[in-house]
Amino acid sequence: MENERRVVSVILQNEASALSRITDLFSARGYNIESLTVAPIPESKYSRLTIATSGSVRVIEQIIKQLHKLIPVLRVYEHADLVEKEMAMVKFPISENLSDIETLSKAYNGKIVNVGNDMIIAMVADEPKRVSHYLEAVKRFNPKEIVRSGTVALER
Amino acid sequence: MQMSGAQMVIEALKHEGVDTVFGYPGGAIMNVYDEIYKQNNFQHILTRHEQAAVHAAEGYAKVTGKVGVAMVTSGPGFTNAVTGIADAYMDSIPLVVISGQVPMSLIGTDAFQEIDSVGISRSCTKHNYLVTDAADLPRVLKEAFYLAATGRPGPVHVDIPKDVTAQIAEFDYSRPVEMETYKPTTKGNARQIKKAIDAIAVAKRPLLYLGGGVINANAADEVRAFAKLTGIPAVETLMARGTMGADNPLMISMLGMHGSYAANMAMSETDLIIGLGARFDDRVTGKLSEFAKNADVIHVDIDPASISKLVNAEYPIVGDVKYVVEEMTTLAKGKIDAERYVPWLETIEHFNKLHPLGYEEEPGVIKPQWVIERIGQLLGEKANISTDVGQHQMWTAQFYPFSRPRQFISSGGLGTMGFGFPAAMGVKRGDPERVSINVTGDGSILMNIQELMTSVEYKLPVINVILNNHFLGMVRQWQTLFYDKRYSETDLSMQPNWVGLVESFGGVGYNVETKEEFDAALKDAVEKNVVAMINVNVSRFENVLPMVPAGGSLFNMMLEYKDK
Ligand SMILES: Cc1ncc(C[n+]2csc(CCOP(=O)(O)OP(=O)(O)O)c2C)c(N)n1
Ligand SMILES: [Mg+2]
Repeated sequence: MENERRVVSVILQNEASALSRITDLFSARGYNIESLTVAPIPESKYSRLTIATSGSVRVIEQIIKQLHKLIPVLRVYEHADLVEKEMAMVKFPISENLSDIETLSKAYNGKIVNVGNDMIIAMVADEPKRVSHYLEAVKRFNPKEIVRSGTVALER
Repeated sequence: MQMSGAQMVIEALKHEGVDTVFGYPGGAIMNVYDEIYKQNNFQHILTRHEQAAVHAAEGYAKVTGKVGVAMVTSGPGFTNAVTGIADAYMDSIPLVVISGQVPMSLIGTDAFQEIDSVGISRSCTKHNYLVTDAADLPRVLKEAFYLAATGRPGPVHVDIPKDVTAQIAEFDYSRPVEMETYKPTTKGNARQIKKAIDAIAVAKRPLLYLGGGVINANAADEVRAFAKLTGIPAVETLMARGTMGADNPLMISMLGMHGSYAANMAMSETDLIIGLGARFDDRVTGKLSEFAKNADVIHVDIDPASISKLVNAEYPIVGDVKYVVEEMTTLAKGKIDAERYVPWLETIEHFNKLHPLGYEEEPGVIKPQWVIERIGQLLGEKANISTDVGQHQMWTAQFYPFSRPRQFISSGGLGTMGFGFPAAMGVKRGDPERVSINVTGDGSILMNIQELMTSVEYKLPVINVILNNHFLGMVRQWQTLFYDKRYSETDLSMQPNWVGLVESFGGVGYNVETKEEFDAALKDAVEKNVVAMINVNVSRFENVLPMVPAGGSLFNMMLEYKDK
């Protein structure tokens, strides 16, 4: 069976152990987590968690059912048609070409966010695939550090 | 009303109608034990090990259908209880397990007897709580009982730090449980049920595949009625034994690794599986790709995650088996003609005649299967039968004439040696009028032997029947069959004096070498009504047959074993 990448959103109660219930479930049942982001939903007692995962159709179906089964989980969405964004920040030596980096970052919905004495930081926010392209493209500027946020998604 | 957290525990148990708590005290739970001392709403039974407390609560829950309650202290008290909790999780047994925890101020400091209990129980409970404020306790305990008993039942763990048990807060237990995130489906989808009936009406070889969920849902009567109306035969999993009743003409037998030839062949030949509260466990299906190849699947289960997990269901129905089967019966009237399946029943009868479940008698030695049949003849419906894990468990499942649900209490999913004796104590407590038998092995019984003391102290007279083969028999069987008879660490020739052992606790013991001695011992043990140990020396190298080797196809059964 073929593995496909899927993004699943989970609305769950804000409680101390809610996140570990999710990650324990994934590790106990051997499901993949490609990325996971979580933040409280404003003015509610719930948080929204976005998990990018992969597996066969049957595994994805099980993941959704098993997530549902967790008591603090209110809803699980599996996105078919969605807007997906991820953010990345990259640190470059100051000796690199600032305007080239800036132009490249702009093409990926980004910009230079900090210029220090010996380094600059750029950020981009785009679809995960495009973020990967960007990180590929900036390799020639000798990036010193890279951080990716993990994906967030909303149904269209 | 204002009261301490410890008092709240007592009050909540009272409101839940709990009459028995199995447990073991220690530092972190002492405030609660102090309140236990002052109350007499329920009896506390001091087992001699926390694992046994949980197994006893499981036995109690299984035989009564009520929520079992166990209580332990932090650290080692809790870790000792984990095997029992995991066992209950695998077999969907409703439990509330309350544990003490170190005071809040010490959590995270590696304090004395601190362990991350909710971290450990997360993966083996239906849900768990660490209570950080006594004001939450009434809600949490109420939710715990509700969660344990509803939907797919299971163990719920409540961990309470010591300072929370001392904290004073308001106790109000009248608020109904409100859980926005937990709403188990009970009624099945009407359209799906109708489709399922249509499928049954055109099937040629439908088969009821009954799992433990039928017993959990108290749906045995409904299932029997449906089978009778439609004339559809049934196979049972280990957990479902007793659902149909041994003398039911539509009852084939148990299926799976040690299922009967007819049951496994019926499953392999059926064109429509009607799965009720069963979960297509690997011990049942054998090799999945070869399992029931020509069958469509109707799958009724309260847990949506069980449906199409391993075997795709063409007709998935999420709901309470009792309700769904009632609906199915109503719809089946006038639509399904029992005549239709007569040729199918004849095929099954043919399978049955070809290789009936049986064993060969040998002169001068007692066969373990005979012991089970004999208990069945002598006590039948009058006994509840618990088991440990191993060959004796399978022979019990194969040869005892179970006639009602909740008569057979066994560790299925986890396969926990040491389950039987404490579970049988819980069974006795929950159903005191009936004889409580634990069929056990010479290996398993030693895994909770300390419960002899509990059994004597609380007058919970379990009759332990040891099918003594001087082996870890089930493992020995695999070594015989698959490891060229290299009997690595399975020989139990070194044995205690069983009679002396049980007598030293105040019970009665019997060494049995002949059938006559067995009859006499069982009769005497029933009359004496104290904890008993009947040590039956049985043929050492007996194998449980038929057998589907692990990973093999269900229809490829080993039917006999001839030693070269
Ligand atoms: C706690 C635990 N440890 C190990 C096992 C593996 N195991 C399964 S059956 C068995 C042998 C049981 O021996 P005994 O109780 O004498 O029963 P018999 O098979 O001889 O009837 C063992 C070791 C288990 N199921 N549970
Ligand atoms: Mg043995």
